Amino acid sequence: MTTGTTDPFAYHAPTSVREASQALSRYRGDAKLLAGGHSLIPMMKLRIASPQAIIDLRNVEGLRGITENDDGSITIGAMTTYHELVTSDVINSKAPAIAQAASQVADTQVRNWGTIGGSLAHADPAGDLPAVAVALGMEINSASARSSRSISCDRFFRGYLETALRANEVLTGVTVPAQAEGSGSAYVKLANKASHYAIVGVAASVTIDGGGICTEARIGITGAGPHAIRSRRAERILVGKELTESVINRAAQRGGADIAGMFNDDVHASAEYREAMTKVYTARAVSAAVACADA
Amino acid sequence: MTTESLIGQEVKRVEDQALITGRGRYVDDLRLPGLLHLALVRSPYGHAKINRIDVSAAANAPGVVSVFTGADLAEQLGSLPAGWVLIPEQTGGEPMATPEHPPLAVEKVRYVGDAVAAVVADSPAAASDAVALVDVDYEPLPAVVDAEQATMDGAPEIHEGVANNKSFDWTVAAGDYDAAAAAADVVVSERIVNQRLIPNPMETRGIMADYNGGTEQLTIWTSTQIPHLVRLLFALVTGHPEHKVRVVAPDVGGGFGCKLYLYAEEVIVGMIAKQLERPVKWIESRTENYVATTHGRDHIADAEICGTSDGIVTGLKVHVYANLGGYLSTFAPAIPTILFGLMLGGCYKFENLSCTVAGVFTNTTPVDAYRGAGRPEATYVVERMMERYAHEIGRDVLGVRRRNFIRPFRRGHDMPIGVTYDSGNYQGALAAALDKFDYQAFRQEQRDARREGKLLGVGFSTYIEICGMAPSAVAGALGAGAGLWESSTVRVHPTGTVTVFTGTSPHGQGHETSLAQVTASRLGIPMENIEIVHGDTERHQFGTGTFGSRSLAVGGEALMMSLDKVIEKAKEIAAHEMGVDSKQVSFENGTFYVEDIQEREIPWGDVALGAYHAKNLPDGLEPGLEAVSFFDPQNFTWPFGTHIAVIEIDEMTGETKLNRYVAIDDVGNVINPMIVDGMVHGGIAQGVGQALQECAVYSDDGQLLTGSMMDYAVPTAEDLPSFETGRTVTPTTVNTLGAKGAGETGTIAASPAVVNAAVDALKHLGVTHLNMPLSAEKMWRTIEDAKEARRARRSAAARGGN
Repeated sequence: MTTGTTDPFAYHAPTSVREASQALSRYRGDAKLLAGGHSLIPMMKLRIASPQAIIDLRNVEGLRGITENDDGSITIGAMTTYHELVTSDVINSKAPAIAQAASQVADTQVRNWGTIGGSLAHADPAGDLPAVAVALGMEINSASARSSRSISCDRFFRGYLETALRANEVLTGVTVPAQAEGSGSAYVKLANKASHYAIVGVAASVTIDGGGICTEARIGITGAGPHAIRSRRAERILVGKELTESVINRAAQRGGADIAGMFNDDVHASAEYREAMTKVYTARAVSAAVACADA
Repeated sequence: MTTESLIGQEVKRVEDQALITGRGRYVDDLRLPGLLHLALVRSPYGHAKINRIDVSAAANAPGVVSVFTGADLAEQLGSLPAGWVLIPEQTGGEPMATPEHPPLAVEKVRYVGDAVAAVVADSPAAASDAVALVDVDYEPLPAVVDAEQATMDGAPEIHEGVANNKSFDWTVAAGDYDAAAAAADVVVSERIVNQRLIPNPMETRGIMADYNGGTEQLTIWTSTQIPHLVRLLFALVTGHPEHKVRVVAPDVGGGFGCKLYLYAEEVIVGMIAKQLERPVKWIESRTENYVATTHGRDHIADAEICGTSDGIVTGLKVHVYANLGGYLSTFAPAIPTILFGLMLGGCYKFENLSCTVAGVFTNTTPVDAYRGAGRPEATYVVERMMERYAHEIGRDVLGVRRRNFIRPFRRGHDMPIGVTYDSGNYQGALAAALDKFDYQAFRQEQRDARREGKLLGVGFSTYIEICGMAPSAVAGALGAGAGLWESSTVRVHPTGTVTVFTGTSPHGQGHETSLAQVTASRLGIPMENIEIVHGDTERHQFGTGTFGSRSLAVGGEALMMSLDKVIEKAKEIAAHEMGVDSKQVSFENGTFYVEDIQEREIPWGDVALGAYHAKNLPDGLEPGLEAVSFFDPQNFTWPFGTHIAVIEIDEMTGETKLNRYVAIDDVGNVINPMIVDGMVHGGIAQGVGQALQECAVYSDDGQLLTGSMMDYAVPTAEDLPSFETGRTVTPTTVNTLGAKGAGETGTIAASPAVVNAAVDALKHLGVTHLNMPLSAEKMWRTIEDAKEARRARRSAAARGGN
């Protein structure tokens, strides 16, 4: 029976990504990066996770902040907190789904400490930010001691708590591509009453041209399956059409098609309910994204 | 009268300054030189035989001082007591089964969390690390977690010789239910499940013990609601003499009933400190708290109500499976029986009642009192069945209630079940609630909303409850193992300041304020000159503690008695000083005076000083000014009220939203309205929490699936609307304060109001009952099923028409 203390561990606080990556290599996969710590530390106190070492990223330069680039894209440092996302003018005007998702994460204390990088790297199947990353087509930026690369959000989430990051890689930030004229995004969720994690969370992003036709749509779904999943089958129904209520509902009926057979089934919600709610919340997310695009 | 100037005033809580500025002292804040830390090895199995325990690796781990198993300490630890043994007259002549409850399991574990060994080390971390090194060889046994299933033939035997896992079959009845049902126009039955809850006090339990081998004095600091009972039971269980044990409850961060027992850990920590002759501390983690601290409720009630087709209820029958968990907790047998069965009459006139309760062992955490304790279960059955019956006969839920209400009474109303309500005006509380809530307008709004596809419902709870837990003779006759009176000492110091020692043991209720208000008002001295002391068996007289909304109704009256005694003696001293007979002396606003003689006045402080200076006391009068009182009332108190909930349900998702909550409570006279409001608010939150979201879930093999706050949904402010509260005042005659008790009303009233509202919202779909909690998924499924059934009916009707 746990008494709220962790197993022993070593602690490192490197000042560069290079040092952090080297430390990861040294422990051969048995070290954990510490960002906000609000997933990792509870797991350690429950002794579900007992890494040999903690590599604290707090002193690493350049991992924090929100930058709007010349091409209209936005770069967000991995150590940027939920609170910073919620209160950022750039995020609220250019990519509101991020702020909506971040504002619905857990509680104030968690939002003050928890980070976007931590959320994406942890890849909790019910985390909020992964759905938004998928819907906005984010590039996930990572670096090791020797090299750096960008990973498409479509290839980043691999499985339950599993990402495309290599053992020696540090997630350094994300790039949100420029949103075209007429774009809108939104995130809505059915929250677990206890944890506030998503039973089902849906992020949607749509682009609507001058003629009222949807030219692009991306939908990311969290909570329902083993990891954040892109709902391509629903997107296909939206693209090329005027997004009327009936079109949205038709797409929503396909909301969970990409998760078929993989719906989570646990004490909080049955697979059947999650599947039904994926449809309802897909409709709500797309409608909200359309409203945002119109605004 | 100006001496009562502080009664009824919203005085700010004097205890809060320390608590909210981090100056509170909870068990975990206490330190002693040479302190050791204890951690417990707990069973990961719901039911298993212990074949062998190897402690060698743990004993040799860094920082570890000692490791104890149940076998090592069996002699010293004894068996935890059943504090309430139901009488054979109410259990079909069969004595209640009270199996052994070793604080550290020896042969078998009976629930996940059952302690099997204790590790003592230099630091909490070292103790915790070593717990993982204790190697217990378990042989898993088949487990059962559901109370009904546990009574079936072939269910696993949890305690040797306890047939069908039943501790008791308890019965109470009034009139002749079967005859009433046979003669009734309508009989409606429903299975009503009152789910298992986890109490979740803000502060988990914590214990520190220190033993002086020279004096043989053992001091135990523990987060408890009942320090004196802990001392008494500890002495009885361990044989360590009562006068050599001191139990201190320092600041206690909430209890809700779950700190109302002698716990295994109190015995373990105390006796290990004695054995090692070093101070030992154990602090419960939240994870441990979820399995090692008692749970609440877990009732399966098969209820039946009968009556006429025009709305007169004639009887109620209830059979309950009450889940007791793996062992009997101290007061467990009383909760689903005495505190449930005797309340099933509600505030209604029907005379035929039949109640049977099977108390059942299962492989789960022991179940005992949780805020309301038995009374929420009873109120839930009564108020749910009243609305169920009204729906069945097609009458309005309020009209049916009004037809069946007992008429207002001020001085006692005998109930068929054998209890006497003190005072009540159920119509008055309902009327006051309807002043805040326009019922007819709501019904219109509901119809309009339905046309727009919105599901709205209203639910009522015209509840009654038993408070002021006492009197001892009644409780004792029903099986209580301890008296239920309360005590006080009023010690007036020579300067006129006063220390009040109360036997109640507050853990958030604000007694330091309310009892000081009572004292200040009676003595006419400022509250700053009064100190309220509680929670220390060495500092004050024996007291029963705080639970069952009893502290003011019983403890407050004990205080009044001591104040009266002190004033009487002070009058004698003042009279002697003034040269008059004490009968001529009046006392008001802190001044002794003689009517019509202006210049004869003596202030309170002079009399206090005189009592100790003792140079001019009446012949034969002892010096000093102090009084002790023990108050044992003649009856319980019976608060009541009307709560109204308005709920909105999202038809697409099943999500619920509580739109409005109106609460009118009648708790008799109120000392501090702000404190009463606070208790009502917290109680409603817990009642709503049960109705909508809280639920402890076990797997079939006894694993608690909702073992953390990530899984168990404690309500928070965002789940709740702003409550609209109010009061009617019908004083009790049981005590001179006229106070009934207010600690549990909200919890007792809220869950039926909310569930009734949800059923009301779905009534047009053919829904007649819903079991708690009303999770979004449950509501969604109910709506889907109801729609499906309606489609099936329509197509059948269409076919029939062809």
